[in-house]
Amino acid sequence: MATQILQKCSLCFATARQLGTLHAYASRRYTSHDVQTADIVISGGGMVGAGMACALGHESLLQNRRIVLLEAAPKKGFSLTEKYGNRTCTLSPASVSLFEKCGVWSKVENMRCQKVLRMQVWESCSNALISFNPTDEADEIAYVAENDVIQEALTQRLEEMKDRIEVMYNTSADSVAVPGVDKELASNAWVEIKLNNGQVLKTKLLIGSDGMNSLVRKTCQFHTLSLSYNQRGVVAVVKIDETNNNVAWQRFLPTGPIALLPMSSTAMSLIWTTSPEHANQLMSLDEESFIDAVNDAYIHDRDMNSTAGQVSDMFQKVLQNIMPGGVAMHQLPPIITGVQSGSRGAFPLGLTHASNYVRHRVALIGDAAHRIHPLAGQGVNLGFGDVIKLSEVIAKAAANGSDLGSLTYLKEYETSRQRKVLPVMATIDGLQRLYSTDATPIVLLRSLGLQATNALGPLKDYIIKGASSS
Amino acid sequence: MHVQPYSTILRRCQLCLYSCLKRLQSETSRNQNMRLYRQLNRAFLSNRRTYGQRPVVSSTMDADEIKHFRSLANTWWDETGEFEALHAMNKIRIPFIRDGLVQQLEMSPRNPAEPLQGLSVVDVGSGGGLLTEPIARLGAFVVGIEPVEESTKIAQLHLEEDPRLLPRVKYITGSVEDLVSTEAETFDAVVASEVVEHVNDLEAFMASCCSLVKPGGSLFVTTMNKTLLSRTLAVFGAEKVFRIVPEGTHDWQKFVPPSDLQSILEKNHFHTRLLHGMLYMPVLREWRWVPDTSINYALHAVKD
Repeated sequence: MATQILQKCSLCFATARQLGTLHAYASRRYTSHDVQTADIVISGGGMVGAGMACALGHESLLQNRRIVLLEAAPKKGFSLTEKYGNRTCTLSPASVSLFEKCGVWSKVENMRCQKVLRMQVWESCSNALISFNPTDEADEIAYVAENDVIQEALTQRLEEMKDRIEVMYNTSADSVAVPGVDKELASNAWVEIKLNNGQVLKTKLLIGSDGMNSLVRKTCQFHTLSLSYNQRGVVAVVKIDETNNNVAWQRFLPTGPIALLPMSSTAMSLIWTTSPEHANQLMSLDEESFIDAVNDAYIHDRDMNSTAGQVSDMFQKVLQNIMPGGVAMHQLPPIITGVQSGSRGAFPLGLTHASNYVRHRVALIGDAAHRIHPLAGQGVNLGFGDVIKLSEVIAKAAANGSDLGSLTYLKEYETSRQRKVLPVMATIDGLQRLYSTDATPIVLLRSLGLQATNALGPLKDYIIKGASSS
Repeated sequence: MHVQPYSTILRRCQLCLYSCLKRLQSETSRNQNMRLYRQLNRAFLSNRRTYGQRPVVSSTMDADEIKHFRSLANTWWDETGEFEALHAMNKIRIPFIRDGLVQQLEMSPRNPAEPLQGLSVVDVGSGGGLLTEPIARLGAFVVGIEPVEESTKIAQLHLEEDPRLLPRVKYITGSVEDLVSTEAETFDAVVASEVVEHVNDLEAFMASCCSLVKPGGSLFVTTMNKTLLSRTLAVFGAEKVFRIVPEGTHDWQKFVPPSDLQSILEKNHFHTRLLHGMLYMPVLREWRWVPDTSINYALHAVKD
């Protein structure tokens, strides 16, 4: 036996002579305490980033970990006024249940949100239309809420969870050093984030939720597919006469879809995707002309294609004979009576998709990973779906005692999310291209397709379920 | 594992003094233990001796096996490298050990994030620390024994990257016999994962492992069965065809059928609590629990 009876360590049983090289390793490591360390850092405090922070804060398995959220903007004071914010989003039931789980939904409801009970989608080149109703499981298809309201609800919740999540306002990452990408770092080193206030933050896992121009994604050198639609989205808050306002309307014009989402009994959110020239023109119109343009967009039939119209009418009659209940009444949206002053805005549209969402010690969520066309209102819901899956995967890693930045678990997140995001992205991109032309054969195809889908209740339910789940 | 009484403190080696110091620093009881803390500090700073090389003791380990693992020391922690299958195995063997211990000892942990708090575990054949670190993260105090010195060094270096784990893990270069003389019947669990198929003298090795366990404590073994199927798939297939493990890793002659293992355990006063098969899916790169124990299996035995 190599151990000697005298001069033996009572804990590790090594003799004085046996402790050779390990001594050197132990004593040199903890001399500098000037670099801060955290377990998880979320870079970017938008809706998805803040949602991620709330979700992680609710995981009991992470209660002893240091979780930091970096938000570039200062802490905003928010007060709910009569004026509505012009950026809104439709929250799917899955996103709503995430909010309920994190204690955020009650705050949103206390402020402002509106249920969507029905959705009608049609186009200007034919009479085909599709009408979505809720499935048997839920009363509503989605909820519409202003982005400001959601952000404020999340901020309030994070304030309540101060002991679990540390939010650093006015802080953003200037540069990020990722092991494996940065040659200076050892292969298993922690991610080093240099903040704009000069501090350095080291972390085991960096979650990039910093939007479509993500610094984290660029640092990781993920191959990114990025194309810009030659379109701009014009948003505004429009007023209507008081009515039961629970229907979402979307009409596909050759220049792009125009959508009206209910915000309250007297207000609706307008999102009109159109060519850049037309968008600039709309922005420069005076209020009266703008209102007229919007109303006209919903009722005009200048683009009506006669051939397609005749064929689709015939098809309609056929469907009515086969499936009497499968044909919906064509309804018109409420007339716009006014525009909230100062609520008109425009933003560019594009598609971005990172080929990888994860690497060792890094994960991307929300627009940093995937950015899509707003025509189906799915952008932020995909982001919240990322939040749900990633927090599940991190909790699983913690339950198994694994290093939180371990690629083995992050890969599960990536695979699961790509399987969900890619088909949605392809479908929405496909729809956008399908409806951007007024060529007769395409119009015919899409009209017949839409009418057939409208008649098939189970198919519509499937679509709604797919859009509703995470 | 709590700090020993005062009189034995100065008999600790530098590394252990440091671990204890760190442990006190991270606990809120530092103020209460100020006297102890100061004593430790003084001892740590004054205890600078020069030490010689730590010899490798290997009465049950095969010399050729050690040579083979030495060459792989640097690739331990690359999750997509040579040891990908072992990293993937953590997803099923950690819950196996965790749940086995929690249920057996009927624990109701106050902190769900650290269900194994207060337990002491030995990881036999810890290698680069792939299994040791997760068990330590779950709250246990783990002693990792490994005959290959390079692996222990890699493991220690990797351990130091996570300060929270430092006081909970102790790596020792040596073999199980080294511990038996002083630490018999003091551990709550012994884990011998993917080790028994590499030892020369199985009976002696198992006897040593068994003697380290407290009565009522657990022994966890994961290893490979000695069947035609395991020879074809796990040795030939894994090494030459799928290249899941480097060539020469496994010697089929040393594989242990569960019945042999169980009879050795019975002789050492252990009864089997759970025996289940495992299967690696090369395409999915995942391990699954399967009812069939022909290739890989996991065993949980408890001391009477």
